[in-house]
Order: sequence, then structure tokens, then C-alpha cells
Amino acid sequence: MENEAGALSRVAGLFSARGYNIESLSVAPTEDPTLSRMTLVTIGSDEVVEQVTKQLNKLIEVVKVIDLNDGNHIERELMLVKVRAIDSDREEIMRLTEIFRGLIIDVTDKSYTIELTGTSEKLDAFLDAIKRSAVLETVRTGASGIGRGEWILKV
Amino acid sequence: MSVELTGAEITIRCLQEEGVQCIFGYPGGAVLFIYDELFKQDKVRHILVRHEQAALHAADGYARSSNKVGVALVTSGPGLTNAVTGIATAYMDSIPLVIISGQVPTNAIGLDAFQEVDTVGITRPCVKHNFLVKDIKDLAETIKKAFYIASTGRPGPVLVDIPKDITQQKTQFIYPDKVVMRSYNPVVKGHARQIKKAAELILSAKRPMIYAGGGVILSDAAGQLTELTQMLGFPCTTTLMGLGGYPATDRQSLGMLGMHGTYEANMAMQYCDVLVAVGARFDDRVIGNPKHFYNENRKIIHIDIDPSSISKRVKVDVPIVGDVLDVLEDLIKVLKTEKEKIDQNALKEWWNQIELWRERDCLKFDRDSKIIKPQMVIERLFHITKGDAFITSDVGQHQMWAAQFYKFDKPRRWINSGGLGTMGFGMPAAMGVQLANPKGKVACITGEASIQMCIQELSTCKQYKLPLKIVNLNNRYMGMVRQWQEFFHGNRYAESYMDALPDFVKLAESYGHVGLKIEKPEDVDDALKEAFKLKDRLVFMDFVTDQTENVFPMVPGGKGLSEMILV
Repeated sequence: MENEAGALSRVAGLFSARGYNIESLSVAPTEDPTLSRMTLVTIGSDEVVEQVTKQLNKLIEVVKVIDLNDGNHIERELMLVKVRAIDSDREEIMRLTEIFRGLIIDVTDKSYTIELTGTSEKLDAFLDAIKRSAVLETVRTGASGIGRGEWILKV
Repeated sequence: MSVELTGAEITIRCLQEEGVQCIFGYPGGAVLFIYDELFKQDKVRHILVRHEQAALHAADGYARSSNKVGVALVTSGPGLTNAVTGIATAYMDSIPLVIISGQVPTNAIGLDAFQEVDTVGITRPCVKHNFLVKDIKDLAETIKKAFYIASTGRPGPVLVDIPKDITQQKTQFIYPDKVVMRSYNPVVKGHARQIKKAAELILSAKRPMIYAGGGVILSDAAGQLTELTQMLGFPCTTTLMGLGGYPATDRQSLGMLGMHGTYEANMAMQYCDVLVAVGARFDDRVIGNPKHFYNENRKIIHIDIDPSSISKRVKVDVPIVGDVLDVLEDLIKVLKTEKEKIDQNALKEWWNQIELWRERDCLKFDRDSKIIKPQMVIERLFHITKGDAFITSDVGQHQMWAAQFYKFDKPRRWINSGGLGTMGFGMPAAMGVQLANPKGKVACITGEASIQMCIQELSTCKQYKLPLKIVNLNNRYMGMVRQWQEFFHGNRYAESYMDALPDFVKLAESYGHVGLKIEKPEDVDDALKEAFKLKDRLVFMDFVTDQTENVFPMVPGGKGLSEMILV
């Protein structure tokens, strides 16, 4: 979509006005600074998703809409998670972080802050793997998606 | 190097470049520089309304009756919030408007300044698009874009919010010839393969039906629709918004369909085997319960400029996205080349069935009544104006009777708030219609409840000598509310009785107009004739009508099209 003030609120407003779900939404300018790219995750029947796509296309500032599920695609989400890490937990959490290919990016004597990237399911799995009670804070970006292979979104 | 102009001058110059002759508005702090420029020129005429809602309805009526973009000018804050009802009305009916609103100066935005509201935020859900002009250099192009967006694709209102400081700043004025927007490219031509498929399906029909909506009017395709319908010999029904898209006095017209549609139109809609939907959107007031609609098998062709209108409430078999006019022209061409011919025997049988439905005479009413029947007033209005008037209406029973009993043969003659159902629309819309059609006969069919929602516009009508004929069907009730309370709420008429009504005759007179009160059926004709004889006067006719009259047929909410309550 056009990288203009207000474009995001049109999308968000459309979803609330028409009663569609936003599971997650991630947006940032692209290599062309006049354009922003948004990955929006929604849940609905085929009919609802078709309507969502059509309604998004109707927004004047939306340049192009694709449903990534129409082809093979890759999704990644970034999570930062702060966990309580004391005594023997420190070892265990470090090991789990390695297994999930995360990075510990900040350390105190009582906590770790871990950076983890992957599909949303993988991030959920990580949170399930460490003790829930140890999780002090999480922040997630929502999924970003891109088509596999040479399939590209061109405007 | 050309001379630099102020933002206010540029705004007015843009309107002139767009060929705007008439705008509707109300001044205020944030738009004073724009008004100052209006004052200094005479190409753009400004009509001063008495409330901003009326400015929007008047611009709307102007647009609907003339196929030009309607323009309104309002100030910031309350000026804009008053206009919102009118903007939403135009949005629901896809009417091309450009609204220019003043805004507090750029450096005051966000500081809760006097008469500040988040105009772009408030209007976002009820405009096709809106802009806040933050840089004087963008002003001319933004206004150009506004006109372009409003009038192309599925039309709609576009708002341009201009902060006061921008109207004072100066820059060079360059009005672009055209705008190109990578994110906005409305489709015009329909897909050839889909049109071919549609043609084949049409020719295979045994029980065909054409269902035409407001899109036919908006794209000026009444001629093409009429040609197609008559070439095929098919029955044709129109929605409330589509009235006039096909001549209502023609035998092939089944009248309006939907909640208060005719028995024959609703039955044919339910039991047809091939349905051609043209610029219509299968909304809740038209097909009732979609599940019930699915009980019968039929193939549906759907022509619409807005892809999101297709398969929204009803799944269709042959969608064609495109401008109704272009698609119908192509479809007619393709049909003429097809070898396949329509099964005339089947079509004849289908017409026989339709005639049986028609014999049910679903719009009958007591013609010998000693109390004025509202239907009779409209029927007489139709005869006395020879069906050639512009009719605006408000919202309620009178609106439905107008739609049922005034037979519109031409497009853009029936002006009503179909989607939003805005009471108070009728008279200000009629002002716009009269200004767009100075020689036209313009009547506003209204009720004593609706008319009071914008009654202050009688003053505007006086100022600009607008000779409207107001047909007030006064039954002392919010009639449609009363009807629903009678049918669905055990006759408990909660707050629907219009107590303490003014003397409309004196009221009209106090505004400098002519008022007539008509209490007997035998006086109806004389009153109407007298009103139209007074060519340069607004005449307010207060018809005292039957309080108990209801609108029939009626498809109750949640019911199917063939489950009508009949008289």
C-alpha cells in the first residue's frame, strides 16, 4: 500500500467495521519508500476471505492484495521473550534456546531476554517448552510472509 | 513564472476548472478565506443552506438528477459533524460528491483547538476516500484526485479537509489534466469470455428474470437495459434505487421488488431459472432471507462495477465486473450474433404464470374511502404531472408508496435515500434537483415526521425562489414505525405518534410560501393542480391521510421473498 499517513487506519477500520478478525498485522516501508508492505493474518471461511480481499482492494491506498495461501509461502515471526532465569533454570533455558535456534540477547543475574524467529507455531511451541511461570514478558511482531521460489509480489 | 495564488483561490479555481456551477454550503471560521474568494467571482454559485446536513443532501440531489459531481463546502468541527449524515447517505447510495471541509490551522491540529474534530477519522468509514491537505503544493492535485475518484468506478463521496493556514499560503496554480494513481484503476470493460457465458445462459433460460438496480441509473445505462429487455422479451424488475432504469409503464416491467415490492416481481424473482442482476447487490431489503432464496434453483449472472458486491450475500454463477453500460452494450452485441434462440414456448408459459401473479393486484387499496388514502394522492400526482416530474422522498411509508405508485419511465427522476434511509433527505435533495433542473417540475413526497427533520430549509427555498411542491402525507404517525409496531410489537405504539404538530399551512406561510391543507379525497386533484399552476412558488400541501393505512405487500424481516403479507 501507499506509504501514507492514515493508510494503516483505513485497513484497521475496515476490519472492525465489517467484523473481520485481525489475528496479527505487521507493516513497514519497503525498499521503495513510497510503498509499505503489510502482512495480515486473518481467520475466516473462503467466502469471508474473498470478501476481505475484495474490500481491501477497494481501499484507494491499497496497491495490491495477494492471498499467500494461494501458493507456497514462507512465514516468519519475531518474538522477544524475557524469562526468569535463576539457579538450574539458567542452563535449561539456554539449552532450549539453542534447540529452538534462538539467541539470548540480554542477561541479568535473574533473567534472560531471548530473541526467537520462526513460524508463529514454533514461537508458541517454545513458550510451551519453557515453564509458563518463568515467562515474564513477551513481545511478538506478528507474521511476515513471502511467496516461495520465484513467485513475487510485483506492483 | 505564473502568479502565485492562495490556497483559497486555488480551491475556487479548481472548482471552476471542473466546471462546477453550483455548490452548497455554510460558512464558518475555518473556511472564511475560501468564502472570501467565492465572493470575488461569479462562475461558481453558492447556495446557502440552513444546516450542513441539507448542504450534503442538496449536493446529493443535484448529483443524482444531473449526473454531475455534487459539491458541498462546510466548516470545521460542527460544520463537518452536521454534514456526516449527508455524507453517509451519499456513500450508501454511491453518489459522486466532493466535500470540502475547513480544518483548524496545521499547527493547531491535535491540540483540541476551537471547532477541531478529526475529520478524516470521523468520515473514514462513510466516504469513498478522504484527504487532509498538509502542503499547499498538493492542494490542486488533491482536488483533482477527489473529483476523479468520486466520479469513476463505483461512485461515492470524497472529502478534502483543508486547514485554514493552507488556504492563506501561496503557490503556483497548476491544475493537472488528469491524474494517474497506481492504486486506483477502476475496471470499465467486462471480461469477454464471461459475457459470452452470460449470453449462452440467457438464451438457455426457460423462466428468465432481469433484476436491475441503482447501478443502471449511475452508469446511465437505462437505454441499454431497455434495449436488452425488449430484445429478449424478458420480465424486468427494478430495486428501489433502480426505479426509472426500465420504463415502469411498460408491460414487461414487474415494478419494484423486495420488502415492499410487487407480488409478481417477488414471485418471479424467487421462481425464475436464470436471473440477470444488473447493477444491483442482493441486499437484505431486496431478497429477504438468503437461505430461503436458495430454496429454489436458479443460475445467476451478476453485472457490477464493484467486485465486492459480487457473491457478498448471494453466490453467483457468472460474475461480470465492469461498468453496467459497457457490459450491457457488449452483451447485446454478443446476443445478436448467437445462433441459439430463446425457447419462446417456455417464455410464453412463464409470462402466463407472471400474468396470474399480476392478477393478484397486490397494490389495490380502497378507492371509495371517505378519508384520503396516501396511495391515491401519489397516483393523482403521477397523472397530473404526466409522470414527468422529479420526485424526491423522505423515508418511511410515503417513500414506499411513492416507489409503488409513481411510475417512473425515465432515469434520474426518482431521488431517495435508499441505503441509509435518511429522514430529512427529501426537501434539501429537492432543492438540489431544482437547481440542477431549473425548468423541471420537482415534488417532494414526505410525511409529517420526516419533513420536520430539515424543515428549516423552507427558508433556503425562499431565498433562492425554488418552487418545490411538497406533498406531505400527514397521518400523524411515523407511519412505518407504527406499521411495524402493529405487525410485530402487539399494537404498542411506543413514541411513534406525532404529537404537537405545527400548522403546516401557517408554517409554510411564515416562510413566505403557499400552504394548503387538504382533508377530503375530492379535493386532492384541485390542490395538486393549483400547486403546479403556481409555477414560481413553493407550495406545501398538507394532506390529512388515513392513519391506519399500511404498506403492502410486505416481506417481514428474516422471511423469504415468496412469504409476503398481502392486503
